Amino acid sequence: MVSKWIKRLYTSCIFIFLYAPIVVLIAFSFNDAKTTAKWEGFTLKWYQSLFQNDYIMKSLYYTVVIAILAAVLSTIIGTFAAFGIHYMKHWRQKFVLNINAIPILNPDLVTGVSLMTLFVWLNMSLGFFTMLIAHMTFCIPYVVLSVLPKLKQMPTDVLEAAMDLGATPWDAFRKVIIPEITPGIISGALIAFTLSIDDFVISFFTTGNGVSNLSIAIYSMAKRGIKPEINALSTLMFITILILLLIINKRTSNFEEL
Amino acid sequence: MLKKLTSGPYMVWSLLFIIVPIVLVGTFSFVEDGSFSFANYSRFLEPIYLKVLGRSVKIAIEATIVCLFIGYPLALILAKMKSKYRTIAVMLLVVPMWMNFLLRTYAWLTILNKNGVLNHILGLFGVEPMSFLYTEGAVLVVMVYNFLPFMVLPIYTVLTKMDKSLVEAAEDLGANKGQVFYKITLPLSLSGVLSGISMVFMPAVSTFVISNLLYGGQYMLIGNLIEQQFLTVNNWQFGSAISILLMIMILISMAVMNKLGDDGIEQGGGNLW
Repeated sequence: MVSKWIKRLYTSCIFIFLYAPIVVLIAFSFNDAKTTAKWEGFTLKWYQSLFQNDYIMKSLYYTVVIAILAAVLSTIIGTFAAFGIHYMKHWRQKFVLNINAIPILNPDLVTGVSLMTLFVWLNMSLGFFTMLIAHMTFCIPYVVLSVLPKLKQMPTDVLEAAMDLGATPWDAFRKVIIPEITPGIISGALIAFTLSIDDFVISFFTTGNGVSNLSIAIYSMAKRGIKPEINALSTLMFITILILLLIINKRTSNFEEL
Repeated sequence: MLKKLTSGPYMVWSLLFIIVPIVLVGTFSFVEDGSFSFANYSRFLEPIYLKVLGRSVKIAIEATIVCLFIGYPLALILAKMKSKYRTIAVMLLVVPMWMNFLLRTYAWLTILNKNGVLNHILGLFGVEPMSFLYTEGAVLVVMVYNFLPFMVLPIYTVLTKMDKSLVEAAEDLGANKGQVFYKITLPLSLSGVLSGISMVFMPAVSTFVISNLLYGGQYMLIGNLIEQQFLTVNNWQFGSAISILLMIMILISMAVMNKLGDDGIEQGGGNLW
């Protein structure tokens, strides 16, 4: 009986530790004061100034555009790549998969500075395009790794069977292979999207020319001290995530009931 | 034919954006005044830089140990919960991870600031306000905060997959709670512990964001050193050398962890018989 209460206390303490900062952020986004020490009354003015802040709004725009582009392009390249890798000879496949693992295992910082070195060496001006390339570079490996298991689960020789029955290779790929691996493609695209939206370190090194994503905007604002607009932004992002997670949870539990 | 063509674009891509950048950084690290030299590596052996390396490894190990000791019991409690509560509890653990990493770190600025929430609460008990920011403790707390779920989740996953009848069998054979834990649960969860350790240690040792935001520019971890060499000092050769060292360090520790994991599983299996 006592141990049950100890467990509950322990779990609660950890959850308080995990949520206290978030609660504080949300609470102070409604605080009518520049500093965070005291409660000075309820206000929505930080939300208003958030939406009038061009820098944040532009960063939000870049974050979303890059995440969508990176997710779509990485999914296309990664799916085709996984298909090719699946049919490779054993030692070649192993070699390619090892290279594929480099962006996953390497610290973000090293990936970031090495891509920056490449872009500068190639005389590419850092900005939207280089950041997109960088995001695709760390997203594709995850797409490959989520599509590959689905290809392995597929019955062998379906491709040959389809082509024996007269399908062109493209038709066979589109009508036989793709439907089999769709769950892998979807989860790969989702991973790519979330990784891209959340990335800071790699974007920080590979962008320039005033193009920044939300993480970079938060970092540069936070370095100059505490800004209540960031609290407002956090609140909105937290609520968005919560709603998304609840929808996903609801949908998966509906699937289970089916 | 089709099979070979489909992976073509990615082969070119990975050559250009995965291999070439690393080769480039590797080459840069051996260049000093336009000619080949080990100067950048030998420079890293100077006491100031070794101190930075030592500090990074020390704080990363501390963060990993704290995460392990806080996280393991939590994983154990979660794994033993009734499934109804368990889903909610695991979800509660995951939700903060979905929040932007920068925002989670920023949140602590608000709390630990001199006019921050913590000082305000302490003030109610008559404690004089003090600065929690710009201390190693602050960096450690925020590392633990950010990386704790990375420790709990793999251990939790392994524990839920564990065969419960082994625990029952041990209890039937007269083992007490401590013995069951040391002889059954702990060895069987070792693979989760090891992946938790590498998932916490890796980001902790290479971070520059946490130290930069909570300690400001003066406090150097190896990540800050690399960032500074590339963005402020503009000594890319030296920055490249440190990056290569960091990369090698991480890859070696991953390999060691994998090896330990494999041995651990064999041993764990062996002990059972």
